[in-house]
Amino acid sequence: MTTAAGGSVPYRARRGTTGTVLQSETARAYALISPTLLYALVLLVVPILVVIAHSFWTQDYLTIDRTFTLENYRVALTEPIYRDLLMRSLVISLLVSLFTVVLAYPIAYFISFHGGRHKNLWLFLITVPFWSSYLLRVMSWKVILGYNGVLNSGLMAVGIIDEPSTAFLYNSTAVVITLTHAWAAFAILPIYVSLEKVDRTLIEAATDLGDGPIRRFLRVTLPLSIPGVISALLIVMIPTVGDFVTPRLVGGKDGVMIANAIQAQFGKASNWPLGAALSVTTMAVVTAMAAASVLVLRLLMRLGR
Amino acid sequence: MRRILNGWLPIYAVAYIVFLYLPIVFLPIFSVNTSPVPQFPIADFTLKWYRDLPRTPALLDAAWNSLVVGVSAAVLSTVLGICAARAITRYRFPGRRAVNGLIMAPLVLPEIVIAISMLLIMLQAGLSLSLFTVVLGHILVCIPYSVSVLTSGFEGFDRSLEEASADLGETAFGTFRRVTLPMVAPAIISSLLVSFTISLDEFIMAFFLAGTEATLPVYIWGQLRFAAKLPSVLALGTLMLAGTFLLLTIAEILRRRAARRAQTAGIALA
Repeated sequence: MTTAAGGSVPYRARRGTTGTVLQSETARAYALISPTLLYALVLLVVPILVVIAHSFWTQDYLTIDRTFTLENYRVALTEPIYRDLLMRSLVISLLVSLFTVVLAYPIAYFISFHGGRHKNLWLFLITVPFWSSYLLRVMSWKVILGYNGVLNSGLMAVGIIDEPSTAFLYNSTAVVITLTHAWAAFAILPIYVSLEKVDRTLIEAATDLGDGPIRRFLRVTLPLSIPGVISALLIVMIPTVGDFVTPRLVGGKDGVMIANAIQAQFGKASNWPLGAALSVTTMAVVTAMAAASVLVLRLLMRLGR
Repeated sequence: MRRILNGWLPIYAVAYIVFLYLPIVFLPIFSVNTSPVPQFPIADFTLKWYRDLPRTPALLDAAWNSLVVGVSAAVLSTVLGICAARAITRYRFPGRRAVNGLIMAPLVLPEIVIAISMLLIMLQAGLSLSLFTVVLGHILVCIPYSVSVLTSGFEGFDRSLEEASADLGETAFGTFRRVTLPMVAPAIISSLLVSFTISLDEFIMAFFLAGTEATLPVYIWGQLRFAAKLPSVLALGTLMLAGTFLLLTIAEILRRRAARRAQTAGIALA
């Protein structure tokens, strides 16, 4: 889970930077990268284009009717069931990404500024849980949050509640808790990387110029680490909207998300075009939401300065 | 203020680690419990759930399938990762950022969208769903991780070594085999282990693309419907966790050794 180390120093041609050398360098680079690029084109770009195409077609019993139609989008956007599922998925993924980033920032800050010699050990400790089976982690949350679960027995033992509460499991709160846990490392790592890049002399300069710890943090450290916060936000927000394991296992009836509906269209309901339209709509809407969040964050930073 | 923060941050860090490990801890605890209902207090200690595991043919099949898929996906995604990481670190070319973005895209796309789009194209292409289609899917998901691990590995070492080799008359291939490869071997092994681990745990792609041949996560998903099967699933999960932990520790040690070696090589040259 090592994040891509950005800012590499690309190799420069040593023997003069004439046009031909650069051209052959480009050619060699593309020749080298072509297998990977081709793979991504054939198995990612083309399939997504096929999904987009399907979203404009209709299912005609077992065959696909390829007449252009916007009917699937009308259904996806106006049918109350899909509209509600989409709204709920967006709210859940927004909450999850906010919680994950807010909870992750202090730990990333702690490791970067106070980790000392043990930085790598801390990072290792944080990433290990995320390599365990995702299904079993969700299952484990079910065990923790359940009626006879660990949380209920714990609270009863301490005497906070008298009888097991059903409030913890089979609702959207359970989905938010489980997903916030599931994506923690994906938020910590980008924030940590951007905090590591913060030039420490700038913080010293701020101190010398009389800024207190809070002002120093708000005016130097936080703005400089915003790129990490943004990538953490995106890397959590966009994938969570499409999760269907967590809602299915801990979400109960009112934790169902749009991905469960998409899965149904490709399974039992067998309406590929509608499933495709739901996928495209979800992607488009979540991208818009992610862009809006980034904009709001940038605006807040500017106002805060 | 500063003192308060410095006092609270370590406590917060420890609390956070506890939160991260909380669900993991319960897997082994309830896997040795005689009662199939996962609740405290623990009824009695037993290893019977572990003893039952090798006697479940469906599980053994799934484990074998996962092994085959994991090894194939790890090898192929690492080969593709080497091409990409090498091109990205070695050359500056127009479109480098765009190409890199495309290769890393599966990391920030909802997995269900990748899965259904692959499903659609495979059914359209007339490919029947099998372990082969799962491998194709897993390669796509693993490539971003392979490229990340390999890029940092390839960046770590001093390029003047390669240049020296070229100046001394080695061919491009000779330089790669005799100079570059030994330096980047730890990163390659690390990439193999990481992608194997991802493939082993990957559920959504396998769920859509596996057809009738289940991988371990697909098998587990099927078992989760039966409450009585829970302890065996927890036992299986504990074993998988232990295996994963071992692989990751090896990967981490190799990564560190590579970083150290790159550093010493740099110092030796300076």
